Amino acid sequence: MSSPDYSRDEIMTVTAARQLRNGAVCFVGIGLPSAACNLARMTHAPDLVLIYESGTVGTRPVVLPLSIGDGELAETATCVVSLPEIFAHYLQRGRIDVGFLGAAQIDCFGNLNSTVIGDYAHPRVRLPGAGGAPEISTHAREVLVVMKQSPRSFVPRLDFRTSCGYLEGGGARHASGCPGAGPRAVITDFGVLRPHPQTEELQLTALYPGVSVAAVRAATGWPLQVAEELESVPIPEPAELATLRDLHARTRVAHASPVHINLSAVSHRR
Amino acid sequence: MEVLPLAEAIATHVRDGQSIALEGFTHLIPFAAGHEIIRQQRRNLHLIRMTPDLIYDQLIGMGCAERLTFSWGGNPGVGSLHRLRDAVENQWPRPLTLSEFTHAELAVAYQAGASGLPCGLLRQHAATDLLRVPGASVRTIPCPFTGAELAAVPAINPDVTILHAQQIDADGNVLIRGILGAAREAAMAARRVLVSVEERVESLRAEMNAIVLPSWVITAASIVPGGAYPSYAQGYYPRDNAFYRAWDEIARDREGFLAWMQRHVFGVRDHAGLLRALGVAA
Repeated sequence: MSSPDYSRDEIMTVTAARQLRNGAVCFVGIGLPSAACNLARMTHAPDLVLIYESGTVGTRPVVLPLSIGDGELAETATCVVSLPEIFAHYLQRGRIDVGFLGAAQIDCFGNLNSTVIGDYAHPRVRLPGAGGAPEISTHAREVLVVMKQSPRSFVPRLDFRTSCGYLEGGGARHASGCPGAGPRAVITDFGVLRPHPQTEELQLTALYPGVSVAAVRAATGWPLQVAEELESVPIPEPAELATLRDLHARTRVAHASPVHINLSAVSHRR
Repeated sequence: MEVLPLAEAIATHVRDGQSIALEGFTHLIPFAAGHEIIRQQRRNLHLIRMTPDLIYDQLIGMGCAERLTFSWGGNPGVGSLHRLRDAVENQWPRPLTLSEFTHAELAVAYQAGASGLPCGLLRQHAATDLLRVPGASVRTIPCPFTGAELAAVPAINPDVTILHAQQIDADGNVLIRGILGAAREAAMAARRVLVSVEERVESLRAEMNAIVLPSWVITAASIVPGGAYPSYAQGYYPRDNAFYRAWDEIARDREGFLAWMQRHVFGVRDHAGLLRALGVAA
């Protein structure tokens, strides 16, 4: 068998993008989620509504933003609202179908850590922190997580629970009164994990071509369960790959272009 | 409202030990004002900001801060703020006390401060360990009408809020266009408001529902073209994403960071000097 003409990062992003249905309202995290959401919008889901926490609603960026609030997001948005509004009127009010998140650590119930590695008061690694993730994971009707899989990131016990998945599993999240349903899928560079219907423990439900169950287990810090019917993820279509590669190429050029500021303060407003 | 040179505005209105919010969410971050605070060597500040960004990495690394109230402390899209990490992990150059929240919590805290309320409310508290960290201040209260559990976040009223904006008109009114974050709430919550702007114009020609801060809520304003660089000012210049990437290496070790600050902040007279030194302005 010849080696595939796509990378593991590419099939991960394509697989993540395919989880989004056309017309859904999606609250987007920066990084991998942002790439997947824009790929979906540029391929099978042209009417996907992308919302970034910077307050840009219905944004259609031509290049990927480096930050959550690049000017590109504002210029291509339906509207730009304040941060209190985006969290109150859109997220807390229940207008978000899908929250798309990443994290530094995830446990077997889909709880996420983006705060510290080690003890909070004396951390080994201080991570950026919560941002919007705790409320996104609480209020979005469902959550998608995209993360590279390794024993360091897929851990038996989080150092810190920044955002809730299924808490301790077995219905604990629902019992806590959390409005959203929780993580529907975790897309990694090995395949896809989904919660077991009863225990809510994440189990391997789909594998990328050429990836073994043993390899996924070795990349997981807990004894990973495997679904009875394990699917094989279809390889990326040529159109998906071309769109993703063009997007990354445009983004690289845009992010490297030099900035010039005119100190004579004559505005050149667009 | 008075229009002052930036150095004079900071010298007059920012004191050691105050709580200071430099707001602007990714956009319109008041870098020039932050650098002036560093140049004037303010100490023991309580820095408040949803997303500390590079400017707080610099203030913290230069020893200006004793406390940080925040909700996300990274270099957006790049990774860590190394000076913030060094302060938290190794207490360098001095210990930093954290008051950590989520974005939604800080948003309602600013709104409460701006509204003269003692606290802001959120529905259904997120199940996060942030509730249990030292100094956590979010409390749960029942709704008096429905009994539903609500999260109460204490109001934030900074001693000084500093913003960057696009324009000021002849009467001193200030226009903000583009991504806002919680800039308006942080300004209305503050005891004093300092603003730097890209340019002075005769009339703002603002649309009826535009974000305008009337002159009489502003304490002092300064005309600082490029004052948000390396963040951006919509309609004037884009975010310098290449600089944000480069900062990761500049700030990674203490010596490299201090040398950069010495050369680009202490070694120049003002923000225009920094922009010229970096080759961003002619």
